[in-house]
Amino acid sequence: MSSIGFIKSYSIIRNNQAILNGEEFLKGAPEDDFATFIRSLYKKLEITHSPFYKMDDMCKLGLMATELILKDSAIKEKYTDTEIGVVLSNSSSSLHTDASYYETVKDKSNYFPSPAVFVYTLPNIVIGEICIRNKIKGENTFFIFEEYNPEFITDYVNNLFSSGKLKSCIAGWVEFCEGKYEAFLYLAEAAQAENLITHTAEQIKKIYNF
Amino acid sequence: MKSVFLISDNVITSLGFNTGENAAKMRERCSGVLLSEDHFISPTPFYASLVKTPILEESFGRLNSKEGYTRLEKMIITSISDALNKTKIDPASNDTLFIISTAKGNIDLLENKYKERVPKERLKLAVMARVISSFFKNPNQPLVISNACISGSVAILLGKRILNEGKYRNVIVAGGDVISEFTVSGFQSFKAIGSGPCKPYDEGRDGISLGEGAGTVILSVEPENNTSIAVIGGAITNDANHISGPSRTGEGLFLAIDGALKDASICAEEIDYISGHGTATNYNDEMESKAIHSAKLELVPMNSLKGYIGHTLGAAGIAESVMAAYSMKNNILFATAGFSKMGVTQPVNVLSDCIEKKVNRVLKTAAGFGGCNAALIFEKQ
Repeated sequence: MSSIGFIKSYSIIRNNQAILNGEEFLKGAPEDDFATFIRSLYKKLEITHSPFYKMDDMCKLGLMATELILKDSAIKEKYTDTEIGVVLSNSSSSLHTDASYYETVKDKSNYFPSPAVFVYTLPNIVIGEICIRNKIKGENTFFIFEEYNPEFITDYVNNLFSSGKLKSCIAGWVEFCEGKYEAFLYLAEAAQAENLITHTAEQIKKIYNF
Repeated sequence: MKSVFLISDNVITSLGFNTGENAAKMRERCSGVLLSEDHFISPTPFYASLVKTPILEESFGRLNSKEGYTRLEKMIITSISDALNKTKIDPASNDTLFIISTAKGNIDLLENKYKERVPKERLKLAVMARVISSFFKNPNQPLVISNACISGSVAILLGKRILNEGKYRNVIVAGGDVISEFTVSGFQSFKAIGSGPCKPYDEGRDGISLGEGAGTVILSVEPENNTSIAVIGGAITNDANHISGPSRTGEGLFLAIDGALKDASICAEEIDYISGHGTATNYNDEMESKAIHSAKLELVPMNSLKGYIGHTLGAAGIAESVMAAYSMKNNILFATAGFSKMGVTQPVNVLSDCIEKKVNRVLKTAAGFGGCNAALIFEKQ
């Protein structure tokens, strides 16, 4: 029988706004493009992680949403590397970067395939970036759904908790396609602590205001 | 956790359109990795294992007369149909779920190959998966895994877990990838493609051979035949080291192997055979041999099938698991095509010849971009 975990923190990044645990963390100017906004978020978070600058947009989005939820979480003090997992999902896979990469090879008279772009043409690279930044070595899986499926993801993560495979998990949705972006990420934990929200699809829908 | 049973399967590669055809070629040590001069795929010739288009068209044509399917959809649907022909399960039933694994899906739709016949929307993997599950009139939303080169192994483990939860009785796990201009140019830009057919674990190895193909395993809560192959455990880990290169230490893959053994409640001595990832890149094979040493499995016979069928990306975990199940059922372990002289610093027991051996438990390893690793354990029951 599956037990239910708890949501420790959650973040939303969309429409030039970053939200942490229901409160605005940063609001960009309406005219800012994604690159400008995500750079200001990186600065506001006061982190130094030079690989950030060479990542594709989806990785930047997923990594910053993760920085927000892990900011005050101290997960590395509580759990070992393999007790923490990352289970993400989206609808467009890495299609945004796929299209950019394809531009570099489709014209044979202007053929310059770049390994630095090609490496981002897989959706699970964002998981890899999150794991590198936070030294996370536990279960990591990327699911593709037509739309966000909190029922499946909550069940899946709760089962990883009840089978003892994970004690903590970064989970949610990271979508970047044709300039439109949206990240809903949260940190779930198997153990109860004070005033935590239960990790169920109903609660997820509430906090993300579906 | 209870076992789940592999009740039917299929593999489609350059070597054949079902498991038996692939096995027959592997017994004869016949490789499907050939020099291709398809200028639509690459301006320069390259070695790869490509599915034979006329046979694909004919096989798919027998199932369906309508237009509007991509090459990958045709391969996966043909693969699932063949696997279904050998079981009694009903793909249209409520208690059957589809899980699709792919790295790049219909990526050749970017290349405008299909003109207007297939909408661009099918670049979306979940839309492609629904086209496949709808072909079999399945009422459930299919699950899609896209975890680079471990996708197929993850999909099998996911199928096991879902059956253990009790909501479904059967899961059809199918995956595939096509070789296109996109993939070939990308791996070429990484200088990851070998100068000839790939040579896993060999001292002369210099890169991968890409392969296209599809594979299917049908998992069920009950066995259908007397001798059954069960999925008894698995684990997925991350190196947390580099997005495009495997860890130098093999720690991540070791953690996956160790996790899989624990998940299956068995110890390393109980493994009789390892179906390796063996891509034939310098770093992968070195990393894998270190992980196998750390797990104290260096004496266990192992092979890589990529010298026969190339690296089939999202299909690899499924296709290679199917062939491992064939090995268990038929007491035969295939030679590692391309291997002749040990080329990893920590020697492992790479099979250079096809041998007869009774095998009760198999470890399947996989690793991929993004630093991901997976290990699965199968058992003959």
